[in-house]
Amino acid sequence: MRLRETPEEQAFRRELRLWLEETLPTLPPEPPFDDWEAKRAYDTGWQRRLYEAGYAGVSWPKEYGGRGATPSEELIFLEETERAGAPYVGCCFVSTLHAGPTIIAEGTPEQRARYLPPILRGDHVWCQGFSEPEAGSDLASLRTRAVRDGNHYVVTGQKIWTSHAQVADFCELLVRTDPDAPKHKGITWLIMPMDLPGIEVRPMRTLTGESEFSEMFLDEVRIPVENVVGAENDGWRVAMVTFGFERGTAFVSELLASKRLLADLVEIAKKTPWRGATAWDDAGIRDELVLIEAELEAQWALTKRNVSRAARHGTPGVGGSVFKLAYHETRERMGEVALRILGRARLALDDPTGVSARHLDHVHQRLYALSLSIAAGTAQIQRNIVGERLLGLPKDR
Amino acid sequence: MDFEPTDDQVALQTELRRFLAERIDHDARRAIAEMPGAVDRDLWRELGGMGVFSVTLPESAGGVGLGFAEATLVFEELGRAAVPGPLVGTFLAAGLDVDLAASAAAGEATVGLCPVGDPAFVEHLPALDALLVVDDGGVALAEPPAGARPVDRPLDPLTPVAVVEALPAGRPVGDGDLARELRTRAALLAAALQVGLATAAVEMATGHANQRVQFGRVIGQFQAVKHMLADAQVQVEVARAAVQAAGVELDDAAAGHQEASAARRAVDVARIVASRAADRATRACIQVHGGMGFTWELDAHLYLKRALVLDAGVGSPEDAKDALAAAL
Repeated sequence: MRLRETPEEQAFRRELRLWLEETLPTLPPEPPFDDWEAKRAYDTGWQRRLYEAGYAGVSWPKEYGGRGATPSEELIFLEETERAGAPYVGCCFVSTLHAGPTIIAEGTPEQRARYLPPILRGDHVWCQGFSEPEAGSDLASLRTRAVRDGNHYVVTGQKIWTSHAQVADFCELLVRTDPDAPKHKGITWLIMPMDLPGIEVRPMRTLTGESEFSEMFLDEVRIPVENVVGAENDGWRVAMVTFGFERGTAFVSELLASKRLLADLVEIAKKTPWRGATAWDDAGIRDELVLIEAELEAQWALTKRNVSRAARHGTPGVGGSVFKLAYHETRERMGEVALRILGRARLALDDPTGVSARHLDHVHQRLYALSLSIAAGTAQIQRNIVGERLLGLPKDR
Repeated sequence: MDFEPTDDQVALQTELRRFLAERIDHDARRAIAEMPGAVDRDLWRELGGMGVFSVTLPESAGGVGLGFAEATLVFEELGRAAVPGPLVGTFLAAGLDVDLAASAAAGEATVGLCPVGDPAFVEHLPALDALLVVDDGGVALAEPPAGARPVDRPLDPLTPVAVVEALPAGRPVGDGDLARELRTRAALLAAALQVGLATAAVEMATGHANQRVQFGRVIGQFQAVKHMLADAQVQVEVARAAVQAAGVELDDAAAGHQEASAARRAVDVARIVASRAADRATRACIQVHGGMGFTWELDAHLYLKRALVLDAGVGSPEDAKDALAAAL
């Protein structure tokens, strides 16, 4: 068990820190709230900077244009970018962390050559077409049909929770190619260009007021057969490969951001008048903040464990589920204590006077945290995974 | 960074687990409870012989020559087997510059550990050869106090307790710096014991959930049961990572690769989350066993009670919270 960094890791951190110091002041201003065209431009612009500096696809293998960084170095990358206040992966999330790694693992040489370079350069944005209105937690029951017609599949159905669909160039799409096979056996993973006829995208507004997700209606969309990743009817296994990436390191930036949010919250508590003293002097509030700090730090240790495990065994196993269950609970409690501290400032998500604007991010975060026990596998599904795969309890089916 | 245990570390832990599984079962634990002070002197020497109390002592001094990272693995196993006795005090005494150190390291001596405070509740008193008394100002090594009154009904049947009206002053063996160091170490070892207790509790409950049939199926199929155990296991996994990370950080600090304050902070974090994980897991274990979980006969209450005892020791979660609050 070694937490210390090797000389190579230290050098990587120093070099990256220097680059961030030089680069971040030259970035354009952040895009306005919920302006997805502007957000696309901002996020892909950042991806382009990463690409030019050799930091794009930091964990991708070198032969596919990545940096070939070890998982430890990827962790350092995420830590340093968060510390410096660099932009998040944003619209490039699906392309760089889901679709790209999946195509590296399961794609043909032609697919890799065609799709990977533009992902790294930030030229292409991808979205995810997995969930359907009738296939959420029970994803394998998805019904979007793909019927073979010569060299094409003709795809008809409906997808939902498709992040960034309104600004995406491609979609990683799960479709049913064999309706007669058992539900896990008739699914295929397809690359769908978003400019094909028959695709209608309707953005959905979430309870935070943003339109990150869309519904996507597919009406006889003709997708070339060469766009299959993996084999026809083998898409469930390929999707599990995709999820393997999703449940590995995807929440590292989040966790680090949460540590910063907590530090910020402590500062607010120390300045907030409270029954003749400050909110920090209230034992109930202070205890809760201390507990949350301890939990976030402990989850950071767990993250290092998961990343080390993935480095050794190729996958973090159920470590991602364990992390997510711990993390969402901590984040929910953090949101609760934040609102107690903010008092009536909680009534607004922005402040035209600017007096409390920075604090009000905690109100948004309180709302956002509600998604953490739902997105990427609900807490209930994660508990099944932990109970069955880690503890060996029997399935309820 | 590579935070997975090495092959040697896995072997160390596995060997001790195997030994304890054979040596201590339900009946053995209850037999130990009947011994004076609930310490099995033979077992104590066997543990000493295996290096349990000398994990972190240099080989030149007859120790195992490993670090606190390994000590967390060892103490997790001791907790998992719910080994009775003054484990933490004896371990700490073995590392002190006192006459008793060598016999503590060998498992020949037993050393208790108690924070200053009158009246004092002293664990395992009839079996103690010495008592380490710790307060902010320093550390003293005392003879086991005379005139103590044994408690008829200790919280944990495997941790006999005596009440002492005034702790003996003893002989000073270190100043406030040593007191802080011992507190940190005690906190880490107690946290590791709690991770072990929590692990054993989840295992016991999982075993029961896998074979107890109600409504025509094993209760582990019911999500109400499965999810309760999954939540407990999540806290155990998080706590284990935090405890082991803190052990590594203490070693790094000793080698000059890490700030001592950062390492202490890692221990505070581990102390807080391990205490909560042990509470959650040991309660879940009782709940999953239903009415039988509430009985004296089942071991479920022993895990819960030991976890509660550990929360009141030197280097308590309350101390850790204060320290972390001061650092925030």
